[in-house]
Amino acid sequence: MSGDDNRTRFVVRTDRVPEQPASRVGEQRPGLLRSEDHDLCPGCGEPVALRMLLEAIEELGLGQDSIGVVGIGCYTALTTLMDIDLIQALHGRAPSVATGAKRMRPDKLIFTLQGDGDMVNEGLQEVIHTAARGESVTCVLLNNGVFGETGGHMTATTVIGQRTKNTPEGRDAGYHGHPILVTDIIAGLGGTAYAARCGVYDAAEISRTRRILRRAFETQQKGVGFSFVEILTMCPTGWFVPTAEGPEYLDQVLGSVHRLGEVKVDGKLVQS
Amino acid sequence: MTRRLMEGSEAIAEAAVVAGCRFFAGYPMTPFTELLEGMARRLPAEGGVCINAESELEAIGMAWGALATGARAATGSTGQGLALMQESLSELTRSELPLVLFNMARGQADYYQATRGGGHGDYRHIVLAPIDIGEAVALTQLAFDLADRWRNPVQIYGDYLLAHTSEAVAVERLDFAPLPTKDWAVDGSLGGSGASRNINPIGMTKGSKGIEPESFWKRLQAKHDEIAAAEARYESEHTEDAELLVVAFGTVARFVRYVVAGLRAEGVKVGWFRPITLWPFPAQALAEAAAGAARVAVLEQNAGQMIDDVRLAILGAAPVIPIGGISSDEAGFGIGPLLDVDVIRDRIEAGLAGREVPR
Repeated sequence: MSGDDNRTRFVVRTDRVPEQPASRVGEQRPGLLRSEDHDLCPGCGEPVALRMLLEAIEELGLGQDSIGVVGIGCYTALTTLMDIDLIQALHGRAPSVATGAKRMRPDKLIFTLQGDGDMVNEGLQEVIHTAARGESVTCVLLNNGVFGETGGHMTATTVIGQRTKNTPEGRDAGYHGHPILVTDIIAGLGGTAYAARCGVYDAAEISRTRRILRRAFETQQKGVGFSFVEILTMCPTGWFVPTAEGPEYLDQVLGSVHRLGEVKVDGKLVQS
Repeated sequence: MTRRLMEGSEAIAEAAVVAGCRFFAGYPMTPFTELLEGMARRLPAEGGVCINAESELEAIGMAWGALATGARAATGSTGQGLALMQESLSELTRSELPLVLFNMARGQADYYQATRGGGHGDYRHIVLAPIDIGEAVALTQLAFDLADRWRNPVQIYGDYLLAHTSEAVAVERLDFAPLPTKDWAVDGSLGGSGASRNINPIGMTKGSKGIEPESFWKRLQAKHDEIAAAEARYESEHTEDAELLVVAFGTVARFVRYVVAGLRAEGVKVGWFRPITLWPFPAQALAEAAAGAARVAVLEQNAGQMIDDVRLAILGAAPVIPIGGISSDEAGFGIGPLLDVDVIRDRIEAGLAGREVPR
């Protein structure tokens, strides 16, 4: 089990008058988010993950001390909404760009934002070496198991049986190979101080995602090594499932292979 | 300042440090390796960083990140390693980041790579080709200045001879005109201000949806046109009455200069011309230098690459003939039989007589 298994369910009580009036989530928009008006598909998990990332930075008071390095994927379109200093990297290359930025600005929080196609297909070597060097940066993977931007194609994290446009009968281990469980690889490297996998399929997991991001950033602030957060995100468009079924598909299909939880904390593997 | 016997790699590393370079990343490869070693020795003492990158792709990526924070940063390799960097090089150019890139090439066969590039899209970068170590010290410093001035990558095209031979040189800091402040760099401080930045190669502007590629690319094109008009550099001698004008670049031009001086002393009407910038190619200056020549001969150590630019400069005003060619040692490092003043003299005399040379 993970080191953070506290999935508190929020219950709306109806037997008494609330102490504070209700407020809409939209009114609590983080100061680092310029607008919520994004162009990604309905049901996409990436805007939710982005919001948790910005909230985590804001909670730590690092909004004026952070530089993000962004890869290429659907989430790239969200950079226009992020009121935070950014460097746009090539597909797969964000970890080395983050390395150069961190070495010149060691006092800043440096993070990457990459998809599974970007990080695990195109640039796997980059993130592995950055972790092995113990680079004091945080790499954030938005993993939906599919190339969403191209319209739903297999990535290195696509799970066995998952249908994509180039695995129309489902990913077959004998024909297409096996998914890479990247958090587990990263956690096994000596330079990694923190590694965790979370998801944005329900309110509790969304809340945990923010906490996990905070812990990763705090790990970077302590300067004790590389930190890594994999966030499973919905892509109903790329999965060819109805929008409303995205969260359940994420939990049941991707989440059963890419197991959620903290894998490494304070440089030690979490016993499962 | 007293001169010191220095290997080219060491002198170039020293010049980069003197120019304020504080970040370097590279992957070893002959004859670039000693430049990486030099930076690894020098940078930590200057408060800088030198990283042994996992590959050339990571090396240029790391430099990219350092540049984005406003630091002076460089990377390099041989042409083989630069081949791996081409995607980043073209995107760095569109991100308008001032990279200095060293190609310690194995000969002169990377001319096309340096001047045309292997990356995608419309992009250009300045290429400086030093003739010797002393000039390399000056051009390395100029490279950092030009990169910052134009917010555009600049390449130093060197080779085995430049990197691995030693000469007495003084590495003195050169002064350049004041540069604008780097008000485009990211330091992480602008989050939440509404004015945060995004250094990107696709013309994205925060707060506005989508991109405007056409206007963005046209603005870059206009900048490259300005660079082309302003930064062409060359050197020439004995061109006024030359019947044959010999064009060469880099260390090969040093042999040509020596042979032409000897022929001139014998009364032979031959001149020489050397582009110092391979891009922008000094086409107008070359056309003027060749105005009275019956023939223009190109001596380059490859199958014939720069000759395209020479022909485009001359525009048919005179025949342009190749008198160089592929020439290498057994290792492939580019020290071949062509790099010999007697061989070069024979080639130039063939050019004078209008004879073809073996290629």
